[in-house]
Amino acid sequence: MVTMTVNGKTVSSETDPETPLLYVLRNELELNGAKFGCGLGQCGACTVLVDGRAAISCLLPLAALEGRSVTTLEGLGSADDPGPVQAAFIEEQAAQCGYCIPGMIMRTAGLLNETPDPNDEEIRAALQPNLCRCGTHMRILRAARRAAGRPSGEDGFAFAGERATGQAPAEDEETPA
Amino acid sequence: MTSSSPLDITRRDFIAGAGSLTLSFALPSHAVAQSEEAGVVDQTAELPGSLAKAPLLDSWIRIGSDDTVTVFTGKAELGQGIRTALLQVAAEMLQVDASRVDLRTADTGQTPNEGYTAASHSMEESGAALLNAAAEVRTILVKRAAEQLGVAASTLSVENGVVKGGEREFSYGELVSDDTLHVRYQGLAGRPDPERYTVIGRSLPRTDLAAKLTGAPAYVQDLRLPGMVHARVVRPPVYGARLEAFDAAAVEALPGVLIVVRNGNYLAVVAEGEYQAVQAKRAAEAATRWAGGMTLPERSEIYDVLKRSQAQVGVIHRTDGGTRNAARRISATYTRPFQMHSSIGPSCAVGLFEDGRLTVWSHTQGVYPDRKAIAELLSMEEDDVRVIHMPGAGCYGHNGADDAAGDAALIARAVPGRPVRVQWMREDEHAWEPYGSAMTVEASASLDESGEIADWTYDVWSYPHSTRPGGAGNLIAGNLVATPFSLSPPVNIPQPAGGGDRNSVPPYDIPGARVTKHFVTDLTLRVSALRGLGAFMNVFSLESFVDELAEAAGRDPVAFRLAMLPDPRAKEVVSTAAESFGWDGWKAPSPNHGRGFAYARYKNLAAYCAVAIELEVTPETGLIRIHRAVAASDSGQIVNPDGVRNQIEGGIVQSASWTLYEQVLYSPERIESRDWSNYPILRFDAVPASVTVVPIDRPGEQFLGTGECAQGPTAAAIANAVRDAVGIRIRDLPYTPDRLREILQPA
Repeated sequence: MVTMTVNGKTVSSETDPETPLLYVLRNELELNGAKFGCGLGQCGACTVLVDGRAAISCLLPLAALEGRSVTTLEGLGSADDPGPVQAAFIEEQAAQCGYCIPGMIMRTAGLLNETPDPNDEEIRAALQPNLCRCGTHMRILRAARRAAGRPSGEDGFAFAGERATGQAPAEDEETPA
Repeated sequence: MTSSSPLDITRRDFIAGAGSLTLSFALPSHAVAQSEEAGVVDQTAELPGSLAKAPLLDSWIRIGSDDTVTVFTGKAELGQGIRTALLQVAAEMLQVDASRVDLRTADTGQTPNEGYTAASHSMEESGAALLNAAAEVRTILVKRAAEQLGVAASTLSVENGVVKGGEREFSYGELVSDDTLHVRYQGLAGRPDPERYTVIGRSLPRTDLAAKLTGAPAYVQDLRLPGMVHARVVRPPVYGARLEAFDAAAVEALPGVLIVVRNGNYLAVVAEGEYQAVQAKRAAEAATRWAGGMTLPERSEIYDVLKRSQAQVGVIHRTDGGTRNAARRISATYTRPFQMHSSIGPSCAVGLFEDGRLTVWSHTQGVYPDRKAIAELLSMEEDDVRVIHMPGAGCYGHNGADDAAGDAALIARAVPGRPVRVQWMREDEHAWEPYGSAMTVEASASLDESGEIADWTYDVWSYPHSTRPGGAGNLIAGNLVATPFSLSPPVNIPQPAGGGDRNSVPPYDIPGARVTKHFVTDLTLRVSALRGLGAFMNVFSLESFVDELAEAAGRDPVAFRLAMLPDPRAKEVVSTAAESFGWDGWKAPSPNHGRGFAYARYKNLAAYCAVAIELEVTPETGLIRIHRAVAASDSGQIVNPDGVRNQIEGGIVQSASWTLYEQVLYSPERIESRDWSNYPILRFDAVPASVTVVPIDRPGEQFLGTGECAQGPTAAAIANAVRDAVGIRIRDLPYTPDRLREILQPA
């Protein structure tokens, strides 16, 4: 049995501890925020916070969560009372199909936990593991900037580093082992 | 804002059981031609938009005696914001608050048959139908109130569904009886006055976003029905392979596994738990032996294969005049590889087979055509099958949605009474979705003494751009079952919309032009409709070629285009984009820095879009950085300006990804692009520094649709900017760092 905290509540799961956290969240706890995208840690649709840091839940076995604190999209707020990062994304209408956005929101929330006042390069770098297919990136960047307390009035997003290869970052340092 | 989430409906209906299937709405049955994929909305029809298909007002709008307002559309929310735009149209014309309108989208159990949500037709078809139907409903109800009051209708006004102006007021609910709206549309309301619009033209926030951004159940992937079980499909290694041997016992013994479904070469596993189903799929893959299958072409030879394959060849455009001038002849060949939709969420569907009836929840673009294919697959009557649309991850054309719905149907029949959720894994989507066709273009033209284009020859080779259902043979399951169904013959979508030849006819006044389409029917990789169809490749080629000619003529590319454009709306879009960009007087701030421009009117009959791009190339790495993209667009009357901007921003960024990165990898043995590592797409490090969209509003003009107008111009603007930046014309997509490095840093 694995005991963890999910969105502030203590949860114990009898599920096979090899099961990735994503399936426990979606099926056992009936939480919709974390999405299945690739099951390979390549797209970030399943991003949640583990102990406040962004983590890819499709690869993270339940066994690794013992005693840890998990926050999903639902833990940030609700449709009637969205949390600040969610509100920033809604304000910017930062979605088309919206399927990747929960991951973007969690990634932004994780960034702000570690870097409360990120610059544009840091925002780009933080979002690099997450894919969007509709091309909503400009709005996602604006929403992240708004969530960081810089709502508007700035032109252009500075580029981060020299890497623009289309590949995910090589190391996956945010997955707690 | 809106009261209806699709999930509420499905849950309510599910609980209501079979009763919900027998709702008797006025639904005329229509055969849906596959060619409507691309077709042209018939503006000469007697009735506006989809009213021609479903002329009864209560197919679109119902008003309850309790003042509930329910609006129906056969179109589906695909992430394009259509739900919000259609809601605005209906609220505007009915004169009720948008928050009061319960909008129901594509569901064979309750909405009109509007075929596919495709080809940027939703506003033209459903938008026009709702605009006119809602206006007529309002007119009828005001007239009723006037009769009861004994005053002229013109003396009355409507405020949020209440008719006012006489000695007493009537709510809409007080004015309707059962059959009031069960009448054919007649055109009683006359032309609307766009000057008076208060809801149309406003950037109403998307009504579905708050739920989607906070984790409320919103997608078919989120549907959880009582007793639901989980399925995974086990596909062959390559198209056409035979399942020679399968050790079912090894899979059936695994924890949670309920059943293995095998039917010919079709294989799927069903388990109580979702991860158990994933593990069963992996075990099944190890327990199968496949043989044979199609040999795919060598990727390096695909354009030769295209050109020598069996094809239907036709000249689709010819203009008189011109003088062939061999002295100043320019010729070029362009190529585009197979590219995929690759939604972020792989395809998913839920099926429930109960008491001889089947319900499938699907993110299909066409609930009615999908129902037809599923009914054929299962040898059922169409009336016994209900297909309900629920949103999935972004759509962008014919992806795996219909196939997954077919999977859910086939598997659900094997587990009667229990809802079955089928979720494709990433490799199922990447390797089995129908791709956008590989294409090649040969263009040749000459310039006369004054630098005008004197003649123009353009040939385009392409596989089909629609293999949608169709019949059961157009579903993967229909291909794999023991008694397989055959693929419906692919449709050679005719001009003026065209398929592979979409936007191959130049929008310019060019004498001596000849455009030839080579419709290749000898299929290799699975192909179908990807956003824009042939327009992406043709606009990339045509607008690259126009720049090549402008350069040879020593002319500014924007001025060169403006001089040849006959259409004043086109000219305005081009001028607006150029001015917003600051085209005149622009100077490169540093070496390897360039600008590019391109224009197209989607399908040569829908939305206009021009894109200007400023970018920088790093020759050492081959990296391209887009500093600025500026677009101007005209898609007729704008219903939701922010929705238009969102679609065009998205079109530009998605097209940048197609242009810079994307190509399906394959070997003769199999598809090699099976996840994001071997099908890279744009990530945040390459997102443009800024994207600006300037939509031009045309109050009162026909809706033209917005979702597919920016992709072609963006690709060509990038190509033209790269040429401007580094002096090299690259005619082969995609512009990967490897390709650029090879070209710019020859060994």
